[in-house]
Amino acid sequence: MIELTGVSFWYHGQAEPVLANVGATIGEGELVLVAGRTGAGKSTLLGTVNGLVPHFTGGHLEGRVAVAGADTASHPPREFAHLVGVVGQDPLAGFVTDTVEEELAYGMEQLGLSPPVMRRRVEETLDLLGIADLRHRALRQLSGGQQQRVAIGSVLTMHPPVLVLDEPTSALDPTAAEDVLATLARLVHDLGTTVLLAEHRMERVVPFADRMLYLAGNGTLVDGPPAAVLRDMPIGPPIVALGRFAGWEPLPLSVREARRQAGPLREALPAPPGDPADPVVAPVLTGRNIVVRYGSTVAVREVSLDLHGSTVLALMGRNGSGKSSLLWALQGSGPRQGGTVAVAGSDPGRLPSAQARALVGLVPQTAGDLLYLSRVADECAAADRESQAAPGACRDVLDRLAPGIDPDAHPRDLSEGQRLALVLAVQLTAAPPIMLLDEPTRGLDYDAKSALATTIAVLAAEGRAVVVATHDVEFVAAVADRVMVMAEGEIVADGPAREVLGGSPAFAPQVAKILGPDWLTVADVRAALPQEAR
Amino acid sequence: MRSRSAGYFLPRDLHPGAWWVWTLGLAVAASRTTNPWLLLTIIAVVCHVVIARRTEAPWAMAFRVYLVLGAVIITFRVFFRFVFGGAEGSTIILDLPEIPLPAWAAGIRLFGAVSAESLLGGLYDGLRLAAMVICLGAGNALANPKRLLKAMPPALYEVGTAVIVALSVFPQLAESVLRVRQARRLRGGTRGKRMHGLRTIVIPVLEDALDRSLALAASMDSRGYGRAGTAAPRARFVTGTLMIVGLGGVCVGVYATLDGSTPRFLALPVLLAGLATALAGFRLAGRRVHRTRYRPDRWRLAEAVTAGSGIAVALALFATSSVDPTNLNPSLIELSWPLLSWEPLLGVLAGTLPAFLTPQPEHLPGRVPS
Repeated sequence: MIELTGVSFWYHGQAEPVLANVGATIGEGELVLVAGRTGAGKSTLLGTVNGLVPHFTGGHLEGRVAVAGADTASHPPREFAHLVGVVGQDPLAGFVTDTVEEELAYGMEQLGLSPPVMRRRVEETLDLLGIADLRHRALRQLSGGQQQRVAIGSVLTMHPPVLVLDEPTSALDPTAAEDVLATLARLVHDLGTTVLLAEHRMERVVPFADRMLYLAGNGTLVDGPPAAVLRDMPIGPPIVALGRFAGWEPLPLSVREARRQAGPLREALPAPPGDPADPVVAPVLTGRNIVVRYGSTVAVREVSLDLHGSTVLALMGRNGSGKSSLLWALQGSGPRQGGTVAVAGSDPGRLPSAQARALVGLVPQTAGDLLYLSRVADECAAADRESQAAPGACRDVLDRLAPGIDPDAHPRDLSEGQRLALVLAVQLTAAPPIMLLDEPTRGLDYDAKSALATTIAVLAAEGRAVVVATHDVEFVAAVADRVMVMAEGEIVADGPAREVLGGSPAFAPQVAKILGPDWLTVADVRAALPQEAR
Repeated sequence: MRSRSAGYFLPRDLHPGAWWVWTLGLAVAASRTTNPWLLLTIIAVVCHVVIARRTEAPWAMAFRVYLVLGAVIITFRVFFRFVFGGAEGSTIILDLPEIPLPAWAAGIRLFGAVSAESLLGGLYDGLRLAAMVICLGAGNALANPKRLLKAMPPALYEVGTAVIVALSVFPQLAESVLRVRQARRLRGGTRGKRMHGLRTIVIPVLEDALDRSLALAASMDSRGYGRAGTAAPRARFVTGTLMIVGLGGVCVGVYATLDGSTPRFLALPVLLAGLATALAGFRLAGRRVHRTRYRPDRWRLAEAVTAGSGIAVALALFATSSVDPTNLNPSLIELSWPLLSWEPLLGVLAGTLPAFLTPQPEHLPGRVPS
């Protein structure tokens, strides 16, 4: 279906190729996972399939890319619309119309299909994706998972034999991500669609994948069945890390396979480590009956919580459950219609913003919004001025979080992880005792995520209270001491990470699903098991 | 008969063009008169129909803004008569001290005597303008402006899509500005110069807008926007030539019509020939476009009723202005209560017909599926 022969690609003005002499043949009805670090060329590889690379992005492409016999060199991307359906990273940015139904029809209008065919396909697609009840809704008002499914539907109506998706589940909560993946699996099984998808968070996708393409970062491609590719690559989901650690053969890819092999390991494990004792120290932040509402929509419903120093709290819950609103209300910059927040005797919501940020720091979901200068060094200098800190304070923090960032680089040219570190450094320059992070793992690869986990551990070790709102279960398992789950603006679970995550079917990390609720991460297992017992 | 009327009244959204013909008819009617009673009737008719037939969409909710705008227009018109003099007429009701202006501002008067006639003139004039603005607002509230663009002829499809995309940028920009301003507060707000503060917001917002438009362009490109279809380069050349020659002819024709010194054969004949050529090119271009419409709005009886009622209102006022001009434009020389006669009033009331004779819109408040 898709044929790549001797493909090399250079972005304009760069000496090193992003893809170097890559070749692959992808057959009909295969689900192929493209993996690799940030910047390894995943999006570039996906873009070559319908010719967006190089027709749209510029740059120089060598070799041949063909879909169903049509060569991307001789046809622009729009001539591939009926062959390749492309779903981008941010579905909302790719929507052309306003409502679900019109969006589904848009591509067919371009193809010039007859009205009865369009009408029928729209109805079929609405049912296939389970979004029939959303048909008249405005696209902007849908949740992230719904938007993602509409975006998939909007290309499916053209009946393309190939579907290309760039990080379809990275912004979704665990349940919505499962929904989207189940939809894709159904397309592969029922319609024989060829699916090519790139994803950082592989743990959920790997069991569905027939094949894996791993971009090593130097332009080369490793191609093979997932188990074979994962064995040798440096990154991988926790299940693979556990399999490698325990020496399981063949390498398990799904929880089910792993559980079958896990018997001996489970018996070798000693009694689980006890939970850390509850903090007896006074809380650094006390929130009582916090209410946030937007018109008639209640985002946060009389929530009370305490934050303690040296503790990492993870805030979980589906999209739109009030996590962000709660964080903004705690920081004091967001709206808060009721309740009290007290940090060291004062309410950050009533203080001028310069003083509030010295009490509570917040890194928002789109962290890049905080940056507006054209050099990293300028941003750091501005942060020093804003916080009235000694010159160089911000740069010191930044070097501790992510050493070696070029001070002359433009903040937008940094990788996601580096940009997050810069924003975190800017906020930490004010030395707040409380740091709130909203969805920090979005777009981070495994390396960047483990770097962030280290950073968060350092912040907590310095005595700060850290709150992380995230969907990423594995990340929470690695960093959090305490987990809070929100639903419809209320807190529905609150307790030690092991207790909340381990027992939940939706939030349990892979290791807990394999070894039982007492074990959350591979690191836990590794620490508990003496070397010789393996 | 009964089953037919049931089908007629099935809830559906009317063709946006019908609503626009109706509002333009009322706006034209408003422009023909300064009689306050008639103008107030027109405004009342428009409000009634809007309330009866609007949906809960954001553009429909913006009707209030137009009402406020109308009130502002009237206030300003009257206020300006106070400021820049209004001594025409004999009934002076207020004698403000006049501020002497230098010689270069001759012809402009600041304050001074104010007459009832000139105030009334300002009020009538403001009321007329306000009625027209409110009519336009009604068009906006009743017809989704984007659907109107979708109803454009196929040759203009690309332009229509570009306009739709451009329109959707504004709410997105507003959203980005809010988000970035909030983020700015996280960095301690803006201290120092105003320009600096502006820059810290404008740059991230613009970067955001650029990113989004690139993503949108990539998405539209990969979904087939602007597919050349099967048109041969030759056919494209022919339509292009027809359009350019035709538009050139229209330009020459318009110039010759307006300028008396050019030969007469360059005026009307060239204008018409140019128009015909351009239209032919337009048709050809439209025929070569291989694109279809999903559930297009159809023009049916209810649309004809709506458009017809708007046109009827305009015609009624045109007709009465030739028989009975004084009632439409009350005299400002002799002060008296403006009179209202039956003919124009009934004509204007014909504008309420769409409130009763059209089907309900599909998504009324409370019936929006959630």
